[in-house]
Amino acid sequence: FTKRKLDDDVLEELEELLITSDLGVSTAARITTNIAKTRYDKEIEPDEIRQALADEVTAILAPVAQPFILMEDRKPHVVLVVGVNGSGKTTTIGKLAHQFRQTGKKVVLAAGDTFRAAAIEQLQIWGERTGCDVVTTKVGGDAAGLAYSAIEKAKADNADLLLIDTAGRLQNKSDLMAELEKVIRVIQKLDADAPHSCLLVLDATTGQNALNQTEIFGKVCEVTGLVMTKLDGTARGGVLVAIADKFGLPVHAIGVGEGVENLQPFEASDFARALSGTNNN
Amino acid sequence: MFENLTGRLGDVLGNLTKRGALSEADVSEAMREVRVALLEADVALPVVKGFIKRVKSRAIGTEVLKSVNPAQMVIKVVHDQLIEMLGSEQQELNLVAVPPVVYMMVGLQGSGKTTSTAKIAKWLTEKHDKKVMMASLDVQRPAAQEQLRVLGEQTQIATLPIVAGQMPVEIANRALQSAKLQGIDVILLDTAGRLHVDEQLMAEMEAVHKNSAPTETLLVVDSLTGQDAVNVAEQFKARVDVTGIVMTRIDGDGRGGAALSMREVTGCPIKLLGTGEKLDALEAFHPDRIANRILGM
Ligand SMILES: Nc1nc2c(ncn2[C@@H]2O[C@H](COP(=O)(O)OP(=O)(O)OP(=O)(O)O)[C@@H](O)[C@H]2O)c(=O)[nH]1
Ligand SMILES: Nc1nc2c(ncn2[C@@H]2O[C@H](COP(=O)(O)OP(=O)(O)OP(=O)(O)O)[C@@H](O)[C@H]2O)c(=O)[nH]1
Ligand SMILES: [K+]
Ligand SMILES: [Mg+2]
Ligand SMILES: [Mg+2]
Repeated sequence: FTKRKLDDDVLEELEELLITSDLGVSTAARITTNIAKTRYDKEIEPDEIRQALADEVTAILAPVAQPFILMEDRKPHVVLVVGVNGSGKTTTIGKLAHQFRQTGKKVVLAAGDTFRAAAIEQLQIWGERTGCDVVTTKVGGDAAGLAYSAIEKAKADNADLLLIDTAGRLQNKSDLMAELEKVIRVIQKLDADAPHSCLLVLDATTGQNALNQTEIFGKVCEVTGLVMTKLDGTARGGVLVAIADKFGLPVHAIGVGEGVENLQPFEASDFARALSGTNNN
Repeated sequence: MFENLTGRLGDVLGNLTKRGALSEADVSEAMREVRVALLEADVALPVVKGFIKRVKSRAIGTEVLKSVNPAQMVIKVVHDQLIEMLGSEQQELNLVAVPPVVYMMVGLQGSGKTTSTAKIAKWLTEKHDKKVMMASLDVQRPAAQEQLRVLGEQTQIATLPIVAGQMPVEIANRALQSAKLQGIDVILLDTAGRLHVDEQLMAEMEAVHKNSAPTETLLVVDSLTGQDAVNVAEQFKARVDVTGIVMTRIDGDGRGGAALSMREVTGCPIKLLGTGEKLDALEAFHPDRIANRILGM
């Protein structure tokens, strides 16, 4: 942008910037309209436009930026990790495990993806990396039964946190979604409040379908929070703004790489600045 | 959604008489609705703009037939243009080279490369009667090589034995040698997922490509991808000679706009569609199917 009047052309440019960040047409239009409300036809510096944009987005995201907090009184705090195929569930579990191991917590991992080739081995490697026990069953085994025994083991070990991995599934596959319901039902036989958290892992490269993912996973397994991965690329993950607006679910963390350390807390203003190009990256 | 677009176009074009040609003003109004429909389907913005331009010039002056209304006429022009841009004829995998024919799979993390490698291996074995071998060059992701080994077991297709500590180019060389010795027709090289901004991994991909001279370099793309499709397409295309696209997760309920973005930006044909997690869930590309999906039909 160059310094000029905030006219329809500038507003269109703004709207397009938001659209190319995956905010979706209606959210982009709404934010642009908000900006126009107080500033239309005024001379405005480019930085001011970006700042205004960042402010609008921050206002939507700030209420959902909530860290993931370990429930100390649960022993273990049982967390079910869900999402579509390849979104980054297993990797995020590894990173979370690392984070809590760093603070001296005992963490157990459950290899609930008994379907995909080498999914169990993948989680086992994360277990080795982070110094966590991994509860497994055989390939093709019952994920619900595995989750049940993992809780038993985590209880017996007096673990603080149990992270249960699940197979990737597309939200429109009702049979696979029913399987997830079964995992929850079976877990609840041991602990009526479990899982205490259910994290939905979203891939930042995903477009508008992330809205459907949030809606349906939300319904089926009472998602308590979101993690967005792969924000280390050029995808801005703007659909999260539409999701925050529509569902108000907490966003706990973002994935910014494949390494064990590459998980960061979700910061509304940083995210908004990246969207609006305020920090030039 | 198709009803939606038809409905919206009906609202916009409703008071046109049924006869006569579409005027520039009518078409411009209609194109606003088309733009929204395409963006909602995750077609990348620059691609949407190019698309609208072409549809516009095609639609202006088009005679509205007695049998249809103006909205339907515009839909038809949109649909035809979509098919044209997606590539109206089917393009098969290229097997014309001195064996072992090399295929290389590339793409972002988690897009479905390893699964698609096994699917294509099975496809070539069963449909083309080829002797196939798969090799994993993924030294990044935990258990990636093991994943391909297991898929090889499941499909009864040979995989290159895993040697710990080898780097991608070395593995590719070993794969080629081994394929020659064993009289393999096609060798599939699965590679690690990488972001297009990761210079080190992009350079590694380039090196493997240069070294192995693949006949097919297939860019594997998640059909749920949003606007970033343009960046991915441009960057991968700039580094290796991509010859075709594989769109995965077509079994999802995404609108699949990334297919159009990918096709436009790379100029490469979409060759195959991944339609599930199972290893037979692979289909030839049908532009009609994707066009309908993008339009929500
Ligand atoms: N660049 C980047 N890659 C990531 C990130 N998170 C995960 N990945 C990569 O994405 C790919 C898929 O990650 P997984 O953790 O296996 O995903 P998943 O959801 O468990 O996949 P399925 O179990 O197959 O459904 C791997 O190559 C990971 O290394 C991230 O934040 N940034
Ligand atoms: N539903 C569905 N799932 C798919 C399809 N193709 C792959 N998957 C799943 O997507 C996830 C990731 O697939 P992979 O083949 O491991 O992806 P990748 O690109 O090799 O991942 P990295 O090596 O980590 O970059 C797995 O859970 C696969 O089962 C498809 O067409 N449909
Ligand atoms: K993906
Ligand atoms: Mg996994
Ligand atoms: Mg892979």
